[in-house]
Amino acid sequence: MLEQIVAVILSVELYTAVVRMTTPLLLAALGSILAERSGVVTFSMEAMMLLGAVGAIIGSGLTGSAWLGLCVAMLFGALVGLIYAVWAVSIGANQIVTSVALNLGALGLSSILYVMTFAPAKGEVIEQVIQVPSLPAWKIPLLGDIPVIGTVFFNQIPIVYFGYLLIPIIWFILYKTTWGLKVRAVGEHPHAADTVGISVAGVRYISVVISGIMSGLAGAFLSIGMLNTFQEGMSAGRGFIAYTAIVFGKWEPLGVALGTVLFGAADALQLRLQAMNLAIPYQFMVAFPYLVTFITLVVFVGKAVWPASYGMPFQREGK
Amino acid sequence: MTELLRLEKICKTFPGVIANDNVDLSIERGEIRALLGENGAGKTTLMNCVYGVYRPNSGKIFWKGKEVHIHRARDAIALGIGMVHQHFMLVPPLTVAENVILGLPSPREPLLELSKVEAQIRESGEKYRLLVDPKARIWQLPVGIQQRVEILKALYRKAELLILDEPTAVLTPGEVEELFVILRKLAEDGLAIIFISHKLEEVRAICEKVTVLRGGRVVDTVNACDTSARELAKMMVGREVFLKFDKPKIEPGEVVLSVKNLSARDNRDLPAVRGVSFEVRRHEILGIAGVDGNGQTELAEVIAGLREATGGTVSILGKDTTKKTPREIIAMNVAYIPPDRQHTGLLLDFSITENLVGKAFWKPDFSRSGFLSKKKLDLFADRAIREFDVRTPGAGLKAKLLSGGNQQKVVLARELSGNPDLVIASQPTRGLDIGATEYVHKQMLEARARGAAILFVSTELEEILSLSDRIAVMYEGQIMGIVPAQDADIHEIGEMMAGVRRLGEAVGSGEKMG
Repeated sequence: MLEQIVAVILSVELYTAVVRMTTPLLLAALGSILAERSGVVTFSMEAMMLLGAVGAIIGSGLTGSAWLGLCVAMLFGALVGLIYAVWAVSIGANQIVTSVALNLGALGLSSILYVMTFAPAKGEVIEQVIQVPSLPAWKIPLLGDIPVIGTVFFNQIPIVYFGYLLIPIIWFILYKTTWGLKVRAVGEHPHAADTVGISVAGVRYISVVISGIMSGLAGAFLSIGMLNTFQEGMSAGRGFIAYTAIVFGKWEPLGVALGTVLFGAADALQLRLQAMNLAIPYQFMVAFPYLVTFITLVVFVGKAVWPASYGMPFQREGK
Repeated sequence: MTELLRLEKICKTFPGVIANDNVDLSIERGEIRALLGENGAGKTTLMNCVYGVYRPNSGKIFWKGKEVHIHRARDAIALGIGMVHQHFMLVPPLTVAENVILGLPSPREPLLELSKVEAQIRESGEKYRLLVDPKARIWQLPVGIQQRVEILKALYRKAELLILDEPTAVLTPGEVEELFVILRKLAEDGLAIIFISHKLEEVRAICEKVTVLRGGRVVDTVNACDTSARELAKMMVGREVFLKFDKPKIEPGEVVLSVKNLSARDNRDLPAVRGVSFEVRRHEILGIAGVDGNGQTELAEVIAGLREATGGTVSILGKDTTKKTPREIIAMNVAYIPPDRQHTGLLLDFSITENLVGKAFWKPDFSRSGFLSKKKLDLFADRAIREFDVRTPGAGLKAKLLSGGNQQKVVLARELSGNPDLVIASQPTRGLDIGATEYVHKQMLEARARGAAILFVSTELEEILSLSDRIAVMYEGQIMGIVPAQDADIHEIGEMMAGVRRLGEAVGSGEKMG
């Protein structure tokens, strides 16, 4: 058995799988850093991902273009973000409760949308697996020809490459632009931001919608990037795992990216090992990434320094 | 001189309260004007109307002769009005430069460009003696320096009028001097400054003209040099105020509190109290003087059982209480007035009644087999509100809706109504106006007359000198000396506060007092 495990660990397929399993986590987690740093809890990534996944299927299935599928996924994600922002920012509702409601709602809504779009006739059940155009892999010239590394990193679908770029992009926005400065200020001291004329609600709305768009993209990766079909609840808790990665990475882009790689690797490893038919019960394998998440949360959450206004709605006094 | 700002008949009401009532005010370039008044007199509200935080219900604001409508802070900043709030509006994890340009477009929009800001901060820093390292993060800076950053922030926004809300409340006497030098320089350069305060002496020291507000109205505008502190106090409070009072001589009785070689750590786990010993007797007030942050707060917390002692002992009426829980210590008839009434002293979202019985609700007086008796609670609350003169429409009001002075009265009522043997008062007058401060002092003296031993921690040397029987000075967690109040020399105490001088024989031994 040990030999088999070693074989898995040494296989190129494992590392290709790591990249594939990391990408949706990376897109959602990095895309949500801005919202998190502006003080809004993005526990709603699960809902955004799920609607992104179904949006991609619908867009791709109806238009026959995977690219338009991506656009619909981002649009759906943005809409969830907008709804969440209305609750969390404008109404000032409890963000965890709102997120849970959205996540549960998305579970049902995504299935309904899927059935409404693809059922052969009104009220009928979808029997065969719906296949839609999916995203093709793009081999990057030169880099893609490097042995092993080329296969693992540069022979993937375009969203994966976008994920790589997102790490420096988010870092740059956060620390090198005036917008990023506003985001950090709003998350740490919204009153101070307000007194120098920054629209706290505006910054938070835009950040949450960006979180929605990126999580929607992550969802699209699950449906038309990995499987080219849709399954009920196919995000399978990845929104929560992405959230853990944010906490693990202490809201810093590089740290968050590392966190997503950790969880992505756990997921890839269990998938590969499952395929080997080892004497380990498969339930344990399936539980493995979640176990890693759980342990990480226990170890790291206590030490995390949260943005000061985290989860707190901002209200100006006495207008 | 030319007029910069004029307010005409400004009215601002909040539900149930008239904060500003037909206020007129005119400010000229280059003047330093004081807005003097008690807490709740409407000083801050008036300035918040000018700065766009609030919108006045009626009245007109003229800026450089033209009527303006200021809807939000951004409008005020655009006109050239800067305000340094009492609670600083700085983002702690950001650098000085980042805080200064926050909300302004950068020269290379959308990219941040900090080097130019940093250069400009250094330049104004030298010009006005506002020296700050532009790359330092706010949380690393002492409050005095943070205040400079606030002023720099306003200057960077080309402020022509600078409003300072109680700027000296957080400063040490030395920092106050430095601030005054800066303000004078700024005024020489033509900046108009509005200085909100309730401290008479500093208003007389820095301002030429003083506008006194009371109950939301302007009482008068007078020349600072022609008016005595006593007259100003009278205008401010509306009656004669006794700035100094005589306390009756009482012979101290038995030892109530005995602290021996006590040590403790602060929240950052650094040593805060380092081998402190003293005693306090019945009918005696021991004042603990010292600049804020020298271990006084932690000392009081250890005695109240809220902080763990890392060494030494505390005994109350002969019993060792070092390891006792706060509730056990409360049960020994000990009162604790925390330095921070908003966070530690009160549950702001609870009613006055609930706050009043916060330390005693489980007693049979108020509850039976786990159920609260509303009738008894209400009776108690009504009596306490009357006795301690809490100004409130009702006992059911949430504590957060009371003014600072009235909040403190609720704390005093809770702590002192049971005739405690020991009172630990940790900065009980911080942030209170003259009237409320006077009230706290009166209560302390009454408790002393009733036979309580009182540990009175304060950073205001004036009140320490007038209230205490003996004065202990703390510096960096140690007691530099304990002196009887009647022959206390203010310079000697000042030197001990600064850590320059130490009374050798008194250090670490409270036993030698008479």
